[in-house]
Amino acid sequence: MSTAAAVARSPFRPARLITYALLLLVAAFYLLPIYVIAVTAFKSFIEVSHTTPWQLPSAPSIDAFGNAFTTLAPSFFNSVLLVVPATLLSALLGSLNGYVLSKWRFRGADLVFTLLLFGMFIPYQSILLPLVLVLQKIQLYGGIPGLILTHVVYGIPITTLIFRNYYAAVPTEVIEAARIDGASVLGIYRHVLLPISMPGFVVVLIWQFTSIWNEFLFAVTLTLPDQWPITVALNGLAGSLLAHYEIQMAGALLTALPPLVIYIVLGRYFIRGLLAGALKG
Amino acid sequence: MAVAATRERPIRGRSLGSFSWDRFTPFFLIAPSIVLIAIFVYAFIGYTAFISTTKWYGIAPDYTSAGLTEYIDLFGLPRFQADVSNTIEFTILFLIACILLGFGSAVLLDQHVRGTIFFQNIFLFPLAISFVVTGTVWRWIFNPNFGINLLLEDVHLDFLKSPWLADTRTALYGLVIAAAWQMSGFCMAMFLAGLRAIPDELREAARVDGASEGRIFLRVILPLMRPITLSAIIILGHISLKIFDLVYVMTFGGPGYATDMPSLYMWVAVFRQNLYGRGAAIAMVLLIMVALLIVPYLVWSLRSEDER
Amino acid sequence: MSSKWTRRQFVKTTGTAAGALVLGGAFAEFLAACASSSPTTSGSGSLEIFSWWTAGGEADGLAEMFKIYQQKYPGVKIVNAAVAGGAGSNAKAVLATRMQGGKPPDSFQVHAGQELISTWVKADKMEPITSIWNSEGWDSVIPKDLKTIVSKGSDVWSVPVNVHRGNALWVNLAKAGSSITPGTGNNLDAFLSALGKAKSAGIQAPLALGSKGNWQVTMLLENNIVAVGGAEFYRGLFNGKSGWTDNNVKSALTYIKSMLNYVNSDHTTIDWDQAAGRVQAGTSVGTIMGDWAKGYFTANNWKPDTDFTGIASPGTEKTYMIVCDTFGLPKGAPDRDNAINWIKVCGSEAGQAAFNPKKGSIPARTDVPASIFDSIAQKFIAEFKTDSLTPSIAHGSAAPEAFASGVNDEMGQFVQKKDVNASASNIAKLADQYLK
Repeated sequence: MSTAAAVARSPFRPARLITYALLLLVAAFYLLPIYVIAVTAFKSFIEVSHTTPWQLPSAPSIDAFGNAFTTLAPSFFNSVLLVVPATLLSALLGSLNGYVLSKWRFRGADLVFTLLLFGMFIPYQSILLPLVLVLQKIQLYGGIPGLILTHVVYGIPITTLIFRNYYAAVPTEVIEAARIDGASVLGIYRHVLLPISMPGFVVVLIWQFTSIWNEFLFAVTLTLPDQWPITVALNGLAGSLLAHYEIQMAGALLTALPPLVIYIVLGRYFIRGLLAGALKG
Repeated sequence: MAVAATRERPIRGRSLGSFSWDRFTPFFLIAPSIVLIAIFVYAFIGYTAFISTTKWYGIAPDYTSAGLTEYIDLFGLPRFQADVSNTIEFTILFLIACILLGFGSAVLLDQHVRGTIFFQNIFLFPLAISFVVTGTVWRWIFNPNFGINLLLEDVHLDFLKSPWLADTRTALYGLVIAAAWQMSGFCMAMFLAGLRAIPDELREAARVDGASEGRIFLRVILPLMRPITLSAIIILGHISLKIFDLVYVMTFGGPGYATDMPSLYMWVAVFRQNLYGRGAAIAMVLLIMVALLIVPYLVWSLRSEDER
Repeated sequence: MSSKWTRRQFVKTTGTAAGALVLGGAFAEFLAACASSSPTTSGSGSLEIFSWWTAGGEADGLAEMFKIYQQKYPGVKIVNAAVAGGAGSNAKAVLATRMQGGKPPDSFQVHAGQELISTWVKADKMEPITSIWNSEGWDSVIPKDLKTIVSKGSDVWSVPVNVHRGNALWVNLAKAGSSITPGTGNNLDAFLSALGKAKSAGIQAPLALGSKGNWQVTMLLENNIVAVGGAEFYRGLFNGKSGWTDNNVKSALTYIKSMLNYVNSDHTTIDWDQAAGRVQAGTSVGTIMGDWAKGYFTANNWKPDTDFTGIASPGTEKTYMIVCDTFGLPKGAPDRDNAINWIKVCGSEAGQAAFNPKKGSIPARTDVPASIFDSIAQKFIAEFKTDSLTPSIAHGSAAPEAFASGVNDEMGQFVQKKDVNASASNIAKLADQYLK
């Protein structure tokens, strides 16, 4: 245990109190809208009004949740089928790319990196049509596999970015040492980098899982009705004419649960000093 | 022994002179990504660029050339002019808000306080909420008559009241706050991962040398955050330039054009007005803006890594 | 060579196998669907209906029509491809992508008039339904003016399922003084003075407005143009007989400017339903909105003609501003015969009688018994038979959407800047660009 931690042990030092106060303030900011969402979700349709967002429900009911659940449940599995492979694949690709681009300085590596990143900025609405045409050509239009491919491809820039900068912090000496010991390119990846990649994977998995899980445009355009992910069903809760905000909010809370579970599970991996073991001398 | 993040010199191959296909492994590893991006990004950009020079209006494709008329028309439209200035203002404010909030929260969480995990998850939770609902809720909160202004009255912070989304001068700030609320948690995650990756030995060594916590922070920790800040700027920048669902639900670009954004206008142009040429031109202008702003920053950042 | 699989090989092989299974399964289903194309009396194959009716009364109404269809053709599998989004914004995007990508649904919901004609018909993506119209005898039950709206030249392109009224004023009967209730001088000046009286009696914002998205203000514009210039002048704006530079347009704008003195200050942040909420809460006296507002009030437990009522919006008596949903027949519909049967159900008396009460609109057919509707709808049904019909700009009937969107933008500006001359001139420019 570092001495810094030991010194900071006492819970009542002024610095500590200020830290807690600030944390609570920030937490209040993040929780304020969640409060409104939750409170609305427990109200009845008639009670919901934009004039009383802060009021607690007079007769709390879980009808909205029930309604939302029955509409959302059928597409839940589609979303799972979409998110798990897409997230894992794009994380793997990003990790490999980040490894290559940060450790193997071939000529043009920076150019490739820049070109990959630039791809992040392409506005999806403008490429919907060519995307649909290409997917049709390769027989992947209309179903989850095509959506997986789409998300993997468009996830490459951001996952590469995160991993590349993460691996840039790993000293070259470590890689060189492994090389001299006779490891292959992939061997270095497996034995040196992968074990310390957890924080990088945490960040990428959080991002990709959330983005793909909540993504709507591709979800609704590239799949046919029987394979719609949950975001389309969630959007349908809104209705087109008469908005049932309470069902919408309940639905949003329900669909936010899987990502939240991921955050809780992955959050444990923000461990200090994973790179410490990579230092030699 | 210096362990700071460096741009490495090329790793020498094996010194024992035997040829090995392994030399080419890096290329094979990165090749699939290059091919996929070449098709799904650059070929599509080419397609969009081509469409932006046509007269295509309506569902049926029309490839008759219009040269640069779409672009010229576009810059003459008050709506698009507002879009460009809005997106620049929004991006700057959004970036500052997210990085300050994200880094600040990460630093706070790195202090080994009790309940870190609990706070961590609260800060991340907004990220999981669909943009549509985020937009609706913040629309209510920023209603000048019923939203947060009521709360501010209750706690006697009346001077903080504002017309928020009802006034063209303050509406954009409302949008920034809502967007920062949603995204800063991810910034926090990135900075936290970075802070946690700094080995204790580094801080110890500085302390042993007699440096105060403040100096350690400024001289040791902040510089190590640079690559993460680069990532954060790029990621936040791309969110900002493409922001759509939030604007659509919260304000639909109003009041007037106060919160209109290029991607909203592009969507309206393509899917409401069937003006495919105009939509493509807006997309290209966005990309050119990115190329002019982000790319030099990226290149500069990569170069300065080299020099360290 | 080791015969043991490495983890990578295993994952790769199972992954490929799984992928092949999924694609193979999909392909097999596709083959099966192709095989079942011969129509029998109970029908076969599927029917994919595309709409934006995903929730509430709209979804219920659609479900009723599905029931009727299923009873007639039990062998057909109905696929409800509804995508939500106010006034079909998302649905239209998805539809456009599908139609361009060559995968049209069997039928899709589309607003009557220009939304269909200048978009899909112009692009040659639709089949005319003239023969169906004639064989079903709809000429005798659907008003001629409505048929004109859904036709181009001698071809009919879609069947109207319902009719909503765009020019309606909804009032809180308890709060409305005698000056706003029906029967009194229905014109804009009287309306403004009544609003003034309400304001001096203590109601801060007697006219509720929700203008997020700006189309609600476009509705005010089109209603006012009818009020000031008459139905004939209004229709003339779209066939070249009237000019957008006419003073009637400026006058309509000026009336909006006056109305803005009586609306709630937060109107840019709320939508029409929240404005209706103000009327119900009593913080406003009335709101000018289409008759889907009635659906809002009844969903919130208000009784028609007891708690609230709807009349023609100020100055537009004897005119019916049409907001109309229709279904058409796309070229290359995967199950063409099923689609044709669907069109017939949509235009049938049973179909419209089942759909409209739930939807909150009135039938396009004039022979559906009015007794199944509430009192306000009955009044509207009677008026629909004799009123002059005008197509709505805001809801896709009168003009191509490029024009309507541009007008929405301009009205958003007008609400902020209140410059009558500038807005009139900008709208005239839009008309030159898109209405010629």
